[in-house]
Amino acid sequence: MPHPETPHIVGYGTFIAVWVLLLALTAGTVAVSKIELGVLHVWAALAIASVKSALVIAFFMHMKYETRLFRVCLFATLATLAIFIGFTFFDVLYR
Amino acid sequence: MSETPHRDDLGARFGMWLFLFTELLLFGGLFILYAVYLARHPEAFARAGKELSLPFGTVNTVVLLTSSLLVALSVSALQRGSRRLCLWLLAGTILSAALFMVNKYFEWSAKIHHGIYPGSPEMAGRETGEGVFFSLYYVTTGLHGVHVVVGALLLGWVFVLVKNGRVDSGNHVLLENAALYWHLVDLIWIFIFPLYYLIL
Repeated sequence: MPHPETPHIVGYGTFIAVWVLLLALTAGTVAVSKIELGVLHVWAALAIASVKSALVIAFFMHMKYETRLFRVCLFATLATLAIFIGFTFFDVLYR
Repeated sequence: MSETPHRDDLGARFGMWLFLFTELLLFGGLFILYAVYLARHPEAFARAGKELSLPFGTVNTVVLLTSSLLVALSVSALQRGSRRLCLWLLAGTILSAALFMVNKYFEWSAKIHHGIYPGSPEMAGRETGEGVFFSLYYVTTGLHGVHVVVGALLLGWVFVLVKNGRVDSGNHVLLENAALYWHLVDLIWIFIFPLYYLIL
């Protein structure tokens, strides 16, 4: 491990670009909600929210610049959450 | 300080992330409840969801996304040694948090004024699904609101430490961890907004 640790400084421009993208996606999710899609709405909203959160985690939260261990643990958390949701729905939908 | 005490910034950030993972699971539980009851009462959820104020929800989304930008910039500013800029950006973040809570106050007040709150006579006369929707709405946005207040207090504390030089360009992990917590608040709202304000 390098000592002292040299921080990866993210440029102001990168953050502002990510912010613009996040605002555009917010406008997108509001626009999509106005279209008649039925149940697809939920999936469209969740897809856009996932892209937005990926941007926040990768850039704002510096995940892109951390060591691999951070990403492995994030993946483990999301997998755990997916198992919770999946198994709950096996029960709820097919009871 | 002349001597250099032991420091492990990577470990400190990792510890913060481990805590954030437990927060994700905490809110994940609330989202599972939401998903199950949405599957059970889709029509009632659609009706109740339309009663939430889209302008309030959208403005608060923009406020939180912007506050996340400000705090991210404040970390870069301090790392580059611009303490003044960092302080201004932190102040902006805390102001955004206050703005969010003021909006939330007006939003909740309007709902409560219309008799929409758990256990109200108005809710007793409505369908079960609508009652469940609003109960989950209050629990989820309420718990999120508590996180907004805690995050703002945390950032206020770090603001003082940056101001008196205890946190600086060579020692900024505390600012980074407070920023991480603030981004989590933003992250949760990214899911609350479409699920409660926009669905169906």
